[in-house]
Formats: sequence, structure tokens, C-alpha cells
Amino acid sequence: MADEVMSEFLAEAGEILDGLERDLVAVDGGNLDPADVVAGTFRAFHTLKGTSGFLGFEKLAGVAHAGEDLLCAIRESQVVWSRGVTDALLEVLDALRAILGEAARTEKDGDNAYPDLVARLKALSEPGAAAGPEPKEAAAAPPAVEAAPAPVFQPRAPPPKLVRPPRGAPTSPPAPATEPAPPGSHAPRASEPHAEPGDAASTLRVPVPVLDRLMSLVGELVLARNQLICQEATREDARLAATSQRIHQLTTGLQEAVMKARMQPIDNVFSRLPRVVRDTAQVCGKQARLVTSGQDTELDKTLLEAIKDPLTHVVRNSVDHGIEGPELRLANGKAAEGTVAIRAFHDGGQVIIEVEDDGAGVNLTKVRAKAIALGLVTQEEADRLSERDTVDLVFRPGFSTADAVTQISGRGVGMDVVRTNVERIGGSVEMLSAPGRGCTCRIRVPLTLLIVPALIVTSKRERYAVPQASLVELVRISSEREAQMVVDVHGSLVLRLRGAILPLLDLATMLGTGNAGRASDGALSVVVLSAEGRQFGLLVDEVADTEEIVVKPLGRHLQALGAFSGATVRGDGRVALVLDVAGIARRAGLLAAGDARANRGVAAVRAGARRPYLILRGRDDGRLAIPLGDVARIEEIARERVEQVGGSEAIQYRGTVLPLVRVANALLERRKRPRLAAEEVPDKLQVVVQQWGGREVGLVVDSIVDVAEEEVALDPTRARPGVAGCAVIQGRITEILDTAALLAAQVGAAPEAPRG
Amino acid sequence: MAETIRICTFLLEGRTFAVPVAEVREVVKDLETTPVPLAPPAVLGLAHLRGQIATAVDLRHRLGLTARRQGDQSVNVVVQGAEGLVCLSVDEVGDVIDVPQGVVERPPDTLRPAVREVVRGICKLEDELVLLLDTERAVDPSP
Repeated sequence: MADEVMSEFLAEAGEILDGLERDLVAVDGGNLDPADVVAGTFRAFHTLKGTSGFLGFEKLAGVAHAGEDLLCAIRESQVVWSRGVTDALLEVLDALRAILGEAARTEKDGDNAYPDLVARLKALSEPGAAAGPEPKEAAAAPPAVEAAPAPVFQPRAPPPKLVRPPRGAPTSPPAPATEPAPPGSHAPRASEPHAEPGDAASTLRVPVPVLDRLMSLVGELVLARNQLICQEATREDARLAATSQRIHQLTTGLQEAVMKARMQPIDNVFSRLPRVVRDTAQVCGKQARLVTSGQDTELDKTLLEAIKDPLTHVVRNSVDHGIEGPELRLANGKAAEGTVAIRAFHDGGQVIIEVEDDGAGVNLTKVRAKAIALGLVTQEEADRLSERDTVDLVFRPGFSTADAVTQISGRGVGMDVVRTNVERIGGSVEMLSAPGRGCTCRIRVPLTLLIVPALIVTSKRERYAVPQASLVELVRISSEREAQMVVDVHGSLVLRLRGAILPLLDLATMLGTGNAGRASDGALSVVVLSAEGRQFGLLVDEVADTEEIVVKPLGRHLQALGAFSGATVRGDGRVALVLDVAGIARRAGLLAAGDARANRGVAAVRAGARRPYLILRGRDDGRLAIPLGDVARIEEIARERVEQVGGSEAIQYRGTVLPLVRVANALLERRKRPRLAAEEVPDKLQVVVQQWGGREVGLVVDSIVDVAEEEVALDPTRARPGVAGCAVIQGRITEILDTAALLAAQVGAAPEAPRG
Repeated sequence: MAETIRICTFLLEGRTFAVPVAEVREVVKDLETTPVPLAPPAVLGLAHLRGQIATAVDLRHRLGLTARRQGDQSVNVVVQGAEGLVCLSVDEVGDVIDVPQGVVERPPDTLRPAVREVVRGICKLEDELVLLLDTERAVDPSP
């Protein structure tokens, strides 16, 4: 029984503190009048003091008492509310939280009585001690204690003076309630998302372990259901079939209901962020406000817990690195106060949380320089990075752009940890930057962790589950079309799919078990997957079925393989491994290896920086390469389609005009132009389509040889216009094209006079 | 001297090893495992044990002993590791015996490193020496 009282107290105290924090931050931001919170805060401390005294938590009672005294002095107009008061009260909240945390662990309230804080509160409570700088505004006429809307801790038998006042009875004019804490909104939303205060009869506080247990039992039930269906299929028994069907439906219903019980509004996490923004801005000498929307969006409790720290970090980063100082902002024609906007919404079985700031955006030059200085990439690698890849550098382990290591961030543990933590729960993080206008960090998380729909594929007679969240499409390649769709040269496979080219991996090869098998008619099965925004094809023996699976974690050693994210028990009782799609892409070098999961250190990260290249045959049988990441599609076009437009070549392509640049000419014009005369003109042109400056441009190449994936050591001394330098790829000297420079020189300016 | 620990003994290549009974969940004879590609060689695979997934580790391999031949009998001692259930595949399970704490000694320095690494102590019984394994280490498949 004592335990129950205790846990109830801890939960209620936590909610009271959360409510107070929202109010104090709102006061600080000028969104709430101090007069509106004095009474409520006073009573909250008083309640905490009373109950903690009852439970024997003297330290807690002492700190709460000192806070109560200060508020009492303010209420009696002996002391004027100031920033110093807000700061001190926020510190009181921190102290109380720390003590409560200790109490939750040890059932004692620890040794720290916070004498310094208590002394400071005492000093602030001295009459006339208008402590702290810049007193904001004098407290208005002391509001009647009983009338102000306030958080109320309701013990089982509430003393009369704690009775909740009627709602909507404010004593002072309503504050300019813009966000996020309108006065009187401290109804404990944490556990009663839709409950109006007062209808306690229809809600119930349930300990989380009970819900966890329920969820895992439902997981087991789903497995047993799958087994039942599997066994039932082998018998011809109509009654058994009907029963099994019924169990199937009930299980699904139960699963949904339990999942719903575990859902909580994301506001539980959002409510902490105004404080984070305030504190960070204060430490950095910036002005920032937080705007939230979609705080009703619901998410599984475990996931909510899991994104709390990453989200806090991202928000801190936005203020610390994103928002500029007030002077700079004014100079750039922005408001002195920066805005951090957080949005949460559902999108196809996932929850998306966007943190957007209106700051300076990611400084690409600075990020590149920093990454080079830290040894994360070489100068040559950095020069070749696309904008997106450059922004992505901030997710590398050990990366930090803060000029100075601040108290808040820039300690080298940063976005990489954010990415690791979010991916651990099956989510993803990406950063979008608009230089000068701000930065958006987009976090995607699944709705729930435990039970996920998956596609079952087979490889070498073993079954593997692929989470459907990463599935793009299934492609079956008949043997007739294989030559057209699968390009296999020197062991590197590429899938040509509706004009796009995708790297193609063989699951069996990746797992070291052989090569992908074929269906009886010789067809190949490809599963197109997406990880961290990159798509690739995965060759499997067979696509079997879709199934709801219950994912169980693997031990550290198997997790570290980076190929499997868990395992599941299937209907037949066998264990199937769940493929880690991002991990497999990373193993294949398709994704930057700068993932913190493996924690391999800087050297290994660099060694892992393998990138795929498209290898072309140049003149004189020389070899050229284009980073595959730059390539949008490869097309083969008939020579007749080439038209002359104002002295340039172009084709009509997908309803637009695609300017063509002949790579050979662009490079050769600086060498031995006369050779051109002897050139044979092929009927078909190979065109590499690439995004450039917001539109598409076609590079006409002689022939495409291969796709190679290697860690390339670029020798920049061999650079020439349009060529970034030389490197050895597949044992041969290859010139790496600098397509950006090449196109800059060619597009718009008149290209070579047409041949033939 | 009243302090005793109860150990479960088993045989590997004719030698007697043991783990504390408190750490043993059950002993299972036949176990169907799903191989884990890319895993350390000591990992036999994953097995399903009443709704839970256990990692099967070949203790012979883990201890650097000779490999088990196809068809040789084996038994699985299921222990609770820090990261889930682990099935330790052994040749044969022996007895459960109580040994006084006092007879557990430090393993001799002459033990082979691969064995010594996972041995927590050595118990001198009347007629044999029992190597007491450090379960946490034994379940770690990557020596």
C-alpha cells in the first residue's frame, strides 16, 4: 500500500512540476503575467511540502518551503517578481526533480538539502530585495489565492483549501496566450489525454509495467495466433477454421486496443521544450521562442521516452547553432527573436516530428572545413560532396561545428547520437538546410515498436523478414528482360528500373552464403528498399509472404554485425532474422559509414567511405568515372532525336527540353581537338541524366563500362578543367569527372559546334 | 564454511565443467536453430524457446576444443545472459552438486588462455576437478 501512495505521489509531483515549469517559462517569455502564477505556484509548493513532510522527505519539504516563502513574499508585495525570481524558481524545480528522482530510486530523499539554493531563495525573499537584473514588471495586485486557476495536487482526501476552483475564473486580464501554455492548462494531460479535469471516475492510472506486460503478452498471442493459423491450414476442419478465424480477429482487436492504451500525446515531450529553448537562449545570449503544433499526435509510450533526449538535443542545437545572435539577425533583416517551430503529425503509419528554425541554416563551407579538420573526410572528398551529403556530415560521430565548445552543445556528442538513438527505434533523421533562412530537422518514428508488418523473403532456404516501412516495391525480372534491367559487370550489379538506376545487392552474397537463386522459370526477385533516403535493390531467392511479426532484440554481438535488427518467431515455430535495411546498405557502402552505432572511430569511418562510381570509357580507351550519387538516370537515345537549339544540342525528354553536353568534347576541346574529325558517329547515344542547378542535364558519354564501388584516393594534382583528379579504380587509372564544374563551363555557354 | 554454491556440471571432451545452478534456466535436448550468417563461428544460431529467442553458442568452439563431429550427441544448458537467453551446447549434462565456497580456487595459470578466459574458478572435488565457468564470459561468442 505504501508503495502505491509513494508512486502516486511521485507521478503527481512530476505533473505539478511540469505544469509549473510551463508557467514559469511562459512568464519569462512575456506570455503570462506573473500575477497569474504566483498563487498557483505558491500552492503547488505548499502541497508538495505538506505531502513530502508526511512521507518523511525532509529535504524535499525544505526546498519546497523556501520556494513557498519567496512566493509568499511576492504575494504580499514585499518582493517584486524579476528574472532572478524566475531563474531561482526554475532551479527549485530542478532541485525538486532531482530529489524526487532520488526518492523514486531509493525511497529516501538523498543527502542534498540544496543549502545554496535555499539561501538564495531566502535572500530573494527579503523585503525590497528586487533581486536579479532587469526586473520585468511589478506584480499586479495580489490575486486572491483561492480564485486563480492553478495546478492542484489532489490527495485522496483533499484538505478543503485545496479544492479546485471553478475553471475560467481568472482574477487578472487574460494573458496574451499565444502558445504553449495558456493559463490554467495544467490539467495533468500526461496520463489522461482527453480527460477534462474532474472526470477522474472515467480514467485510471495504470502503472507502465502493467502496460508493458500486456503488450508483450499480446505479442506472444500474435505469435501463437500465427502458429495456429499455420497449423490449421494443414487440416480440413471447418469448425477449427472458424474458431481460428475468430481468434485471429480477436487478437487483432486486442492488439489495437492495447496499443491504444500505450499511446500518449507527444505533448508530454513537447511540454519540456519551452524551458530548453529558454535556458539555451539565455546561455548563448540569443533570443528565441518556441512554437509547437500537433502536440495531440499520439505515440507509443516507449517511443515517446526514446525520442525525448534526441528531440531535446535537436531543439538545443537549433537555438545554439541555428538561430543567430540578435544583432546579426537585425542586420539580416530578421526579427531579433528567432523562432523554433516544432510540428508533429502522422504520415502513413509513422509519426513525423519536424524541428524548424529560422536561423542561418547549415554553413556548408564551415561544415566541410570542420569535417576536414576533424579528419572525417579528406579535402578531396569534401570538395566532391553534394549539398545534401555535406549537411549529412553533421551526423558523423564526433562532429561539432560550434566555434567554441559551449556549455550547451559542441561537446562532440551530438547529432550522431541523435541519429543512432532514433534509428535504434526504427526511425530516421534527416537535416534540410536553406542557407540564410533556416534549417529543418525531420525525425521519423514508427507508431509502435513491438509488432510490425513485414515481408518475408527467402535466401538459401532461410527466411528473413524485411520491415515494410523500408519497402518500396517488389520487382520480378523475367529471364528475357534480365539483360535489359540488370547490368552486371565485374560483379557490381545495377538495376535499371523505369529509367532510374539503382545499386543492386545480392542478399546471399551480402550474407556470405552464396548467390541469389531463381524461380523455376528463371526469373529473379528483387525487393526495392529505401534506407536513409537512398533506394537500392536487393536480390532474394523468393518473396514469400507478408506477416505481422513481433520483433525481439538480438544480443549485442549479433546486433553489431549490422545486418540484422532483430529476430522473430514465425508461425512454424522457427526463428527468422529481421534484416536491418540501413545496416545492409551501409555494409555495401551505399550509405555513409559515419554511423555511430558501430562506434568504430575516425580512421575506420574514413576507411569505410566507399562510394559507388559509374565508370565510363573515354577517348583513347581511357577511363572516366562519375560518382553514382550524382546520376539520376541513364538513357539510351537515338541520334535522330538530338535537335539543335540556338547552337546547342538538346532532346525532348519527359515533356521538357533536356540540354545535352558531350563529355568527350567538353574535355577534349582543351586537348587535341583535331582527333574529332576521325570520330565514328554511333546511332545510339548514351546519356547520363543528372540534376544540375534545379533542372536536368544530359551528359553524352561514349559508353558505360561498369559500376564500381571503391574507396577512392583522389590525386588532385592530375586535375584539369572538368576533371577533379585521378584515382585508381578497379586497378586502373581513372579520371574522376567534376561534373559540376564541367556543366558550369558548358551549360548556357555555346557548346562545341555539332559534329556530323 | 557454511556457504555453499550449487553447481550444474557438464562434460566437454571428457572434462568436467560447471555453471552455478542459479544461472541455469533449463536443459534442453533437441533444439532447432536458425543459422545467423556473418556471426562469430561459435554461434550455432538462434532458437525458439517458448516465445523467447535464445542464442545457441557452441561451448566447444568457445573454449577452443576440438569441433564436435556430425551426429555426436549434444545437450543445451540454457542460461540467462545479460542480453537474453543463451543455450550453451555441451556434450553431456552431469550432476547438480553443492560445493563449499572454500573449495573454489583461482584457476591455475597453466590453463590454456582460451579456457582460462572463461573460467572463474576451479573446484577440487574428491575424484575430479571441475572448472567453474564465468557465465557472462561463456555466453560471449566472440573471444
